[in-house]
Amino acid sequence: MVTTYPIMMSTVAPKKAESGVATPPAAAPEVSEMASETSSPVSNAIITVKDMDFCYGAKQAMFNVNLNIATKKVTAFIGPSGCGKSTLLRCFNRINDRIPGAHISKGEVRIKGKNINEEDVDLAQLRRQVGMVFQRSNPFPKSIYENVAYGLRVHGESRKSVLDTAVERCLTHAALWSELKDRLNANAMGLSGGQQQRLCIARAIATEPDILLMDEPCSALDPIATSKIEELIFQLSNDYTVVIVTHSMQQARRVADDTAFFYLGKLIEFAPTMEIFSNPRQKQTEAYVRGQFS
Amino acid sequence: MQTPAQDTATPGTNPFAKQKSHRETKESLIKWTLRSATYVILIITASIFTHIFIRGAPVVFSLTPPFINTSFLTKLPETLHVLEDKQGKKYETTPTGVDVIKKQLGDNLRNEKTISYSGGGILGPIVGTILLVGVCVVVALGLGIASAIYLSEYAKQGKFIEMARLAILNLSGVPSVVFGLFGLGMFVLSAPKITSHPLDRSLLAIPLGFGEYISFEGWDTSVLAGGFTLAFVILPVVITASEECLKAVPQGFRETSLALGATKWQTIWKCVLPFAMPGILTSSILGIARAAGETAPIMFTAALAFKDKLPWQGDTGIMGIFTQSVQALPYHIYTLSARIPQNEYSERAQYGSVFVFLVLVMSLAGASVILRRKLRAKYKW
Ligand SMILES: Nc1ncnc2c1ncn2[C@@H]1O[C@H](COP(=O)(O)OP(=O)(O)OP(=O)(O)O)[C@@H](O)[C@H]1O
Ligand SMILES: [Mg+2]
Repeated sequence: MVTTYPIMMSTVAPKKAESGVATPPAAAPEVSEMASETSSPVSNAIITVKDMDFCYGAKQAMFNVNLNIATKKVTAFIGPSGCGKSTLLRCFNRINDRIPGAHISKGEVRIKGKNINEEDVDLAQLRRQVGMVFQRSNPFPKSIYENVAYGLRVHGESRKSVLDTAVERCLTHAALWSELKDRLNANAMGLSGGQQQRLCIARAIATEPDILLMDEPCSALDPIATSKIEELIFQLSNDYTVVIVTHSMQQARRVADDTAFFYLGKLIEFAPTMEIFSNPRQKQTEAYVRGQFS
Repeated sequence: MQTPAQDTATPGTNPFAKQKSHRETKESLIKWTLRSATYVILIITASIFTHIFIRGAPVVFSLTPPFINTSFLTKLPETLHVLEDKQGKKYETTPTGVDVIKKQLGDNLRNEKTISYSGGGILGPIVGTILLVGVCVVVALGLGIASAIYLSEYAKQGKFIEMARLAILNLSGVPSVVFGLFGLGMFVLSAPKITSHPLDRSLLAIPLGFGEYISFEGWDTSVLAGGFTLAFVILPVVITASEECLKAVPQGFRETSLALGATKWQTIWKCVLPFAMPGILTSSILGIARAAGETAPIMFTAALAFKDKLPWQGDTGIMGIFTQSVQALPYHIYTLSARIPQNEYSERAQYGSVFVFLVLVMSLAGASVILRRKLRAKYKW
């Protein structure tokens, strides 16, 4: 199902990706005490963040983050508002480049072994393989069909048969096909909030990315729509690596294999979800997941 | 002594009655002032329109079949001759008809009057205005939208861009006659053109090798020069409006599109412009309607008081359509009302022209509203 597109000219050898993970977690000696639990709980990382500092202009938003995200698993980012979850997520497809002055000031982000901030990385190719779903469902005010086909169209695909197949496949995947197959030409703005968000997911998977980033995809939805999306995320994790930012600890517990807890721009703890919630090692994590956070 | 609330008042007694009515009077006074201001404007506008309609409509329309006076719309302007015989009977005729009537009347002719431009129709000015507005629309929208896109999507926001914006805004305060003179210097006398025989007054002639030159000698008084000048008059409006409309497109669309791997231009072309277009067109139409009515900018650059040929009837045929000077409605109206002696015979062409001009501008506005509705229905969010 998942096709591998090399991000750029350099064909990424899977070996290399694995060797990146083999780096022992204690590689950075001057890692502060707080960040000592940032070792990856996984053995086959697709995204590797190493010693990363991130700045919005002069304001530093992330401090020395080390993180390995596993292939075809769901990883949740949790933490209080403003702790940098979105910032980190948006580093993975370099959408932060849009913000004047925003930059990684130290360290690196590797995806499939390739440092994505290097010169020879083509943004279109990167983003084709690292899809993103935003907090506010924002379908384009075009037809349902055109919404899903958009990603393929901008990559030069115009054969109707290919687009038709892709639209059906993605809508089916997003559990929308049976609901919407008779009104593909209707304007997407006429859908319900939950349908819109699922359409956005369908749109994001149309380019067959390997990684799907989701920034609070359910925060504007009611419980029923939310559970549909969660079900969908569960399905997707068969084929995709999913990274999801969420404010709901129940949600993290339900969908995520691994969970990372952030506080004030630092990664405090990263472990399998079970562990984070039942047996956190850091006091701050414990306070947060128990809801005793001040 | 302001006592606050009614809720302290016991039911039945109302110790604050006077104060309350005071406030009410003030409120209603304000309301009536605002309302009458609106009505005054409405009444004035309505009376102008009615006046023009009552005097102008009969020139173009009639109550008897075929209900429309096509000759006013399909003939070029010509001199009106009025002959009067000794019995006081008057004959209105064209320059070619004069001799026939003169012969018929013989000694019976008492006097003869000629009224310039008041006979025939106004086809020349109509065609000229349409051509000028056409060029103006293409140039103004092309240049205006392009620079609005640059300013709002590409340019790094900073001092320089702020200054550029300010300069553009200030442009809209420049009197239109200044634009006319600018157009004369720029487009009529010094814009570049490709020719095999550069004029002596050409500022600079660069040979292209195969016998042709790029010569900075201007486009002469022509539709092209006039259209460009008009475009510059309304560019500030177009740029400012376009920028507003581009900004109104949610940032989320851009971000989503980029996140799907689209390039910046793909994003603008597919996810920003289509959604900004309805607004851009509607606001620009207002500017275009203004341009259609401007006299000063075309006076030195394109318009003639009188021309006995349509633009495509010149030596160069249809090719010369944009390089000819033309008559234009606003300038024609100016000529009719300020340059010829006024009498009962000059009114027909005056009111007829104004009426036709109003209808043209209104249909332009109507078209824009329809266009906007259509686009809005397609791209609403
Ligand atoms: N465009 C920006 N310019 C400057 N600072 C920013 C920008 N975006 C975010 N920040 C700052 O970076 C820090 C991290 O923000 P971020 O949006 O990543 O937090 P978050 O964890 O996603 O919060 P939330 O849960 O509220 O979405 C915050 O202090 C925020 O103020
Ligand atoms: Mg966020």
